Amino acid sequence: MTKVVLLGPQRHVPTVRSALDDLGVDGPVAVVTAGWEEREREVGELSEHLGCETRNLKLFSRSEKALDKDPELLDALRALNDRMRTLQEHYRLRLAHTMGAVRELVARRGAQEGALLEEEIEHALGAVHVLDQHHTRRTADALGTFDERYKPTERESIGRARGKVKRDLSPCAALLVAGGHVAVLATRLRLFVIDQLIEERPVVAWSAGAMAVTDQIVLFHDSPPQGRGFAEVLTDGMGLCPHLVALPHARHRLLLDDPSRVSVMARRFQPASCLALDERSRATWDGKRWTLGAGTRWLGPDGTLHEEAVPA
Amino acid sequence: MSLAIHEFLANGTPTPEQIDAFLADRTIPIVEGPEVTFLYRGEAAEVSLQHWIYGLESSREFTRVEGTDLWWIVAEIPPKSRVEYKLGVIHADGRRELVRDALNDQLAHDPFGSNSVAAGEGYERPDWTLPDDDARPGTLEQRRIQSEALGQRREITVYLPARYRRSRRYPLLVVHDGPDYLVFSSLKTVLDNLIHRLEIPPMIVALTASNDRLHEYADDERHGRFIAEELVPAMEQRYPLVGRPDARCLMGASFGAVASLSTAWRHPGVFGRLLLQSGSFAFTDIGSSNPRGPLFEPVVRFMNAFREAPGKPAEKLFISCGTYESLIYENRSLVPRLQEAGMTVRYVEARDGHNWENWRDRLRAGLSWLFPGPLWMVYE
Repeated sequence: MTKVVLLGPQRHVPTVRSALDDLGVDGPVAVVTAGWEEREREVGELSEHLGCETRNLKLFSRSEKALDKDPELLDALRALNDRMRTLQEHYRLRLAHTMGAVRELVARRGAQEGALLEEEIEHALGAVHVLDQHHTRRTADALGTFDERYKPTERESIGRARGKVKRDLSPCAALLVAGGHVAVLATRLRLFVIDQLIEERPVVAWSAGAMAVTDQIVLFHDSPPQGRGFAEVLTDGMGLCPHLVALPHARHRLLLDDPSRVSVMARRFQPASCLALDERSRATWDGKRWTLGAGTRWLGPDGTLHEEAVPA
Repeated sequence: MSLAIHEFLANGTPTPEQIDAFLADRTIPIVEGPEVTFLYRGEAAEVSLQHWIYGLESSREFTRVEGTDLWWIVAEIPPKSRVEYKLGVIHADGRRELVRDALNDQLAHDPFGSNSVAAGEGYERPDWTLPDDDARPGTLEQRRIQSEALGQRREITVYLPARYRRSRRYPLLVVHDGPDYLVFSSLKTVLDNLIHRLEIPPMIVALTASNDRLHEYADDERHGRFIAEELVPAMEQRYPLVGRPDARCLMGASFGAVASLSTAWRHPGVFGRLLLQSGSFAFTDIGSSNPRGPLFEPVVRFMNAFREAPGKPAEKLFISCGTYESLIYENRSLVPRLQEAGMTVRYVEARDGHNWENWRDRLRAGLSWLFPGPLWMVYE
């Protein structure tokens, strides 16, 4: 079982090095920065922080080059992306109504009889949960159909690029997955089937990287400049660590001092726990259970933030 | 509700020391729910509140507290309002002055000077308009463009976003009165912050200015040619821009909004996005005479023609206007015309006047709607 460490944002307070130290890793390490897109190669600051040999797996540029050489796969991938966007639009449309109902019911608290209302909120959240699961299935089906039909890793261009990734990864004692654009990152991790190359290496992932290695990617922002800010399931993640929704920059993106919102978020994704990944946050999965670093918080169904162990 | 000024005066004529203490304990003007107490201290024959709220009497006299040099007036200012004002003071010798409120350090600046600001209950300057140490700063560089249309060389300030790189393609925002937006509406800070917060994508901004804006921005075809046929191609040649209408936006306030609309109308298919703030969209329903004076005549001619046959100058338009502006009617009435013509319009009103801070406070809503950022997808 792969040991996984999830961290908060690294820009101001980098903590990857101390996480590696605690894992007993002193290098070399492989890093995935595909979420940075065209800035993928700009790993200077990260390498400096790590102070050990860093091998960039270059999943973004390698996939771009490989797809340039395989127009059929490129077209298929574009069609897949179109399909995923359409699925997301349909889901978002339905979500606006189901989550809208939850919000409206929650807003009635205090004005209406408690038990009656709470039952209705519970049921409304159940409808959202069903919709989330439906969307997860639909996207997983779309991705599965694509994999089955095109078998990317068996094609020459991707196969060769994946061989280079495997070669670069082989001497490394750990895999690091940085943040950035979560869909771009998740797509590249899938395309190269990275989960099958990791073997027993520990994985340290932060921000979007943390989202991508869990089993469900949830997009979220409580107060966006446009729209109502309903969190959305994007798709399955790599599934390296279970029962946890990673929420990077939670302090900025979520209204954590609003118990109603915290409670709705936590209850919606149960049995998974919603983990706030802010600066200095750390959560470690040892294959059996989660251990939280000091000050790392998860969203409780009671609307408060908890620092004790994540529920199994 | 008993107001602080009423309680203060209930015990008879206050001494100078009591007045000092009363003023020292409070933020002036005193905001108590929707009622705002303005104060002036000094010898004068008459003091008045001069504000720029269209629809209310623009000059309101203060009352002097008998036997003192304290003057006061209570005005109703709705929640979340921003009101810019000055005090009119007539001295004993008949001398008249229009001065800022010496008891209020809240000021708003514009090209003509500055005004005092009274914020209604609940108004707070948005945090995204203030410098944020976390936000990586973009850069400004100067360019010159020789314009055949205008027969002169023009200075353009170009904003490049943080982490700008030539291998990427950016949308282009062209801003009328750009230097004023930088100074009076904190535009660079706003762009840095909104890009940092992923609420808008990194973009390149061309900040233009005119030294004869009241003529040039009033539907002057030379201005339209300069922007659409000279500035945009020059920018696209020099910088890595997307180069599609949906990634080109014109923005402006007041006459700058007229210039934006007029340029897009005269050059259909070039600009897909417009951000129009407090547009001076004067028009007449019958005849062509307008009460706003000769400077507005070309505007009225343009707006009458535009309203008659709007065509489709852009796909998406964000329009904002203050409810305390005389232009609110013109802006409101433009929206259904645009929608009927098949354009997607978002219209926003605020309890504010015709000023740069009103325009500053609406930038987030406008820019993030016209150019949604990767907020939902990027977690760095």
